[in-house]
Amino acid sequence: MKFLVCISKAPDTTTKIAFIDNNTKFNNDKVVFIVNPYDEWYALVRALELKEKLGGSVTVINVGAADTDAIIRKALAIGADDAVRIDAEPVDAMFVAKQIAEYVKANPYDIVLCGKETIDYNGSEVGGMIAGLLDWGYVSLASSLELNGTVATLNREIAGGHETVEASIPFVLSAAKGMAEARIPNMRGIMAARTKPVAVVAASANENHTSILSYELPKEKTGVKLISPDNVGELISLLHNEAKVI
Amino acid sequence: MPVLVFSESANGVFKKSNFEAVSYGARVAALLNTEAVVVDFEGLSDEVLKTLGDYGATKVYRVSNDLLKNFDAGLYAKVLNDVAQKLNCTTVVFSFNYSGKAIAPVLAAKMNAGFVAGAIDLPGMDGSSMKIRKNVFSGKAIALYAIHSQNKIIALTPNTVAPVKTENKCSIENLEVAINNTDNKVKVKEVVKASGKITLSDADVVVSAGRGLKGPENWGMVEEMATILGAATACSRPVADIHWRPHEEHVGQTGLTVRPNLYIALGISGAIQHLAGVNGSKVIVVVNKDPEAPFFKAADYGIVGDVFEVVPKLNEAFKKFKAGA
Ligand SMILES: Cc1cc2nc3c(=O)[nH]c(=O)nc-3n(C[C@H](O)[C@H](O)[C@H](O)COP(=O)(O)OP(=O)(O)OC[C@H]3O[C@@H](n4cnc5c(N)ncnc54)[C@H](O)[C@@H]3O)c2cc1C
Repeated sequence: MKFLVCISKAPDTTTKIAFIDNNTKFNNDKVVFIVNPYDEWYALVRALELKEKLGGSVTVINVGAADTDAIIRKALAIGADDAVRIDAEPVDAMFVAKQIAEYVKANPYDIVLCGKETIDYNGSEVGGMIAGLLDWGYVSLASSLELNGTVATLNREIAGGHETVEASIPFVLSAAKGMAEARIPNMRGIMAARTKPVAVVAASANENHTSILSYELPKEKTGVKLISPDNVGELISLLHNEAKVI
Repeated sequence: MPVLVFSESANGVFKKSNFEAVSYGARVAALLNTEAVVVDFEGLSDEVLKTLGDYGATKVYRVSNDLLKNFDAGLYAKVLNDVAQKLNCTTVVFSFNYSGKAIAPVLAAKMNAGFVAGAIDLPGMDGSSMKIRKNVFSGKAIALYAIHSQNKIIALTPNTVAPVKTENKCSIENLEVAINNTDNKVKVKEVVKASGKITLSDADVVVSAGRGLKGPENWGMVEEMATILGAATACSRPVADIHWRPHEEHVGQTGLTVRPNLYIALGISGAIQHLAGVNGSKVIVVVNKDPEAPFFKAADYGIVGDVFEVVPKLNEAFKKFKAGA
């Protein structure tokens, strides 16, 4: 089984979000970038578990400039066999999806795994777009993945519960919590990652359909009103009369 | 070129998020000097579908086919693409819920459309471009997006733009779309829904608890509060990680993002990753015994106290309030 795991770089979850150039650019000064958690913890680890059980290979793919090398090495240290970097700034989700879909058309894989969303742009887009471009089946928000020959059984989250679905390879999934447990790379993995192959591929020409014009920060809360634990009735009346939420 | 809205019910009943999407579609249509039409894949009755007219739809197209009985994002996107072509629609609106998240990106690829996933207000027009705001960095910021392409897809974040009632009357029409067995690539085998429970992602009130509860055996009072308030229950990440609660309840940057009218946090410290998933809530109430807990900075109302003393008292008071209301 050939697994392709899409990984994106994202600012560490503790990052203080700020903008520069008149609020038109994310300020990435001193920001630590990590592998997007959904890509790493769930998609990558589940692909590795299945490869260990059934054989095959796990390739990670990233659309990004040379500065994504660190997160690619991290994915290799966790256990991916090799990596592909499509050399371009990821301008929007469709641009990224088109790059990956074109790569997959030329280099066939059985299952393409994405995280359910990135923690920076929160779009939940790339997986579905790749599936649409390749005309493959798409399973979104998958919380488990089992393989029996060429047929996969997955659980996916739906409103108020989950459902079990079946998909034949090739297909695309987006991975949610539950699919696997995060792995911490060990020293051997980190050493091995240094020499694993990373293919740098030129991007194909594609224009972006969307762009970000500016950013703003959400309104800050004006300050908490504290209520005595001995007078919880006051909270009820504030929620009813002032906030009008009950 | 009408605006096309994808509509979905929960067992034949429309949720608020569906009316929000229809109403949003109608308001986008007004900006474009056109009308909003809705597509239904569930074969719902005229009576049920007509209620979408109250939110501005002028027409509902019903596509009936056995293959549409089970959800398959790829199949739904293919049929929606055919419908959009038949009706000459270049703008499609979804709710950014489970189904919208699954179908909209596939459709965006098929229509080669610019897609804003998770809009939080109405678009502004700039020539033929649309400018729309959406949350980014897991709620820590807002970005103003422009869609330049001719085809456009917008998925509206639930509970951000309130639905507006109109006096509209809408008509219902059956629409034939050819569907092949081979279009259905993902097959649903079993659907498991927690019956009677309120869905976290579209709950108006959420009662959430963290490690301060000490153990899963103490969740009785949390569930009681949720029952009294008609709320959904949620939890912090460590609580789901150590299996005190099911992982569907995990909210935050690496869990579900919720934006209820009221979020009540019990024994949760308010780490930045937790706040990211809940700071879109209209009103936040925090109960924590540590006055320095960071959550108080993000709260509207707070009680500094021990959950094991405060929550039972709150439950009594909520019960009294509900009995009197
Ligand atoms: C990459 C990454 C992603 C993460 N994603 C998420 C996420 O999505 N969601 C999330 O929630 N966390 C996330 N976290 C974890 C986050 O950093 C915090 O560790 C977590 O939110 C803390 O959970 P907690 O508040 O329940 O527990 P604690 O931090 O242990 O806090 C417990 C709180 O309960 C209070 N307390 C204790 N006893 C009582 C009592 N008797 N009465 C009243 N109050 C009491 C304490 O004062 C304390 O404030 C993430 C972390 C990382 C590194």
